[in-house]
Amino acid sequence: MRPVYITADNIITSLGFNTSENVRSIQNNVIGLKQIEDPSLYPSPITLSRVNTPELELRFSEVLQKHQKNTAPVSYTRLEKILLVSISDVLSASNINLWNKRTLFVLSTTKGNIDLLEERYKAQFNHRRIFLWELARVIGAFFGFTLPPVVISNACISGILALITASRFIQSGLVDHAVVAGGDIASEFVITGFQSFQAISPAPCKPFDLHRTGLSLGEGAGAMILSAFPKPSVIDQITIAGAATTNDANHISGPSRTGEELGIAIKKAMAAANLTPADIQYISAHGTATSYNDEMESKAIAWCDLTKVPVNSFKGYWGHTLGAAGLIESVAAIESLKTNQLFVSAGYHECGVPVPINVITKCETKPLKHALKMASGFGGCNAAIIYQKS
Amino acid sequence: MDLIISAYCQIHGNKVIVNDRLIYYQENFLTFADFIKSVYKQEQINYPKFYKMDSISKLGFLAADLILKQNTISGYRNDSVGVVLANSSSSLDTDIAHYDTIKDRLKYFPSPSVFVYTLPNIVVGEICIKNKIKGENVFLISETFDSTLLYNYTRQLFENCGMEACLCGWVEVLGSKYRTLITLIEKSGLPMSDEISKFRPLPFNQINLDLIFEHN
Repeated sequence: MRPVYITADNIITSLGFNTSENVRSIQNNVIGLKQIEDPSLYPSPITLSRVNTPELELRFSEVLQKHQKNTAPVSYTRLEKILLVSISDVLSASNINLWNKRTLFVLSTTKGNIDLLEERYKAQFNHRRIFLWELARVIGAFFGFTLPPVVISNACISGILALITASRFIQSGLVDHAVVAGGDIASEFVITGFQSFQAISPAPCKPFDLHRTGLSLGEGAGAMILSAFPKPSVIDQITIAGAATTNDANHISGPSRTGEELGIAIKKAMAAANLTPADIQYISAHGTATSYNDEMESKAIAWCDLTKVPVNSFKGYWGHTLGAAGLIESVAAIESLKTNQLFVSAGYHECGVPVPINVITKCETKPLKHALKMASGFGGCNAAIIYQKS
Repeated sequence: MDLIISAYCQIHGNKVIVNDRLIYYQENFLTFADFIKSVYKQEQINYPKFYKMDSISKLGFLAADLILKQNTISGYRNDSVGVVLANSSSSLDTDIAHYDTIKDRLKYFPSPSVFVYTLPNIVVGEICIKNKIKGENVFLISETFDSTLLYNYTRQLFENCGMEACLCGWVEVLGSKYRTLITLIEKSGLPMSDEISKFRPLPFNQINLDLIFEHN
């Protein structure tokens, strides 16, 4: 099978509008989660990571100009604007041809334009816009992709699954390149839902910590370009070495009690990459900071003999960004690989999971070659993907 | 690698068809909820959790169950059986139900038992729980039934990801409109049944997926 290279990436969160802005904030321990009072989202104040709206409008108007679109910015939803800015950024760093039939657009989202259920948007947007395929069509048409887009909506593993799907389509020769984007906004819909689960932490979330009190939500988007061909004139190439998904077959909203099924996904990903646990130098966990998720992940890590490997969760910085999570956390993990730096797991002080794991508490420089990224979600789904520097 | 459609179940238009045979037909007009409950009762599936499921999960769960009642997958390792499903409206049918609980601040009652179903892949989870399936899983969204996407995705799971069997299909519910086709995909070369009445497997390809989807 041919290799799959990662040739461009972007992250948009409360911490910035591209990968370097976000990574700089993480290096400086800037936390994007804030107490926000917005009655249109929730009746009482809530901890949230939100993309800066005036800055988004500014960047979006630049994108409209750059792509010579004369449409008014109001014809795009908030999520569409974030995704368009994110994809425009990766395309500017690449010269792939979108118009031939060798470039695929893959979109990952859990809820898409779900805010369009709200009365205030009814007059502004056609009702079709709430369908995820229409969201993907609008974005694909903006840039001029000719192949029909592939849309993945698979709970919290959507972002990783979109990357896995794109890489498999490249490996099997169906396409040569893929632009993979993922995003979700902070909506009343999602906030009230997670609140009804009593899953939201009053303070910024503390993944793997003894005193964690639940998850924090965030909004954001990310994009990556995957290609069958390496990026010219770059010494350290990043490739996708192996990946797998599994299902717990246990419960639709609670993770496996043993972590074995996430463990199977990790072991399958390692086997596909021809690697052993000793080859993995870093793990970017899902780390939602709910009691059960973090517990399960620690068991899966132990089940795969990876307890000594440094691990972090990025959700202490920008919260759980749902359909974007697996994608933007992969971008951040790849940044670790490229720069040989391990980033601190924000919010962590004292081990709060049954199996001790090596959570990163101080920024450290060390040679890194393989990073494991994993995620789990409602519906019992698990995903693992390994990035390699060569 | 030669792959076959070794069984299928299609439910729409008040009909349930398993392997070319009409096993249930409801002449009277019923709501989706009443129709699917009547199928569940006739088939005598004893699974109380069924009643807690949302519409998409009920539909996909029943279709999968009717296939796997006749075609056992117990010979496979549970992590080598995959599920590839798709639809058009994601979980919008249940999204509207959740939104109805929050749109009026004076009647504000969001419920975790509704919210958990506001993801399209929950039906995959329900099918996996009942049938102890632990392999590759994905939920894809396309405007209409996309046999090429389902075929390409499923095929590479066999070729590159070690899957030995897959449930592959479409599960769509929005309001009163519903339609599902779930197929069981396996490698060819399985022992063929001598029974004349038994369904003859079809080669797994886009044309046969479209034929089954459109024909019934």
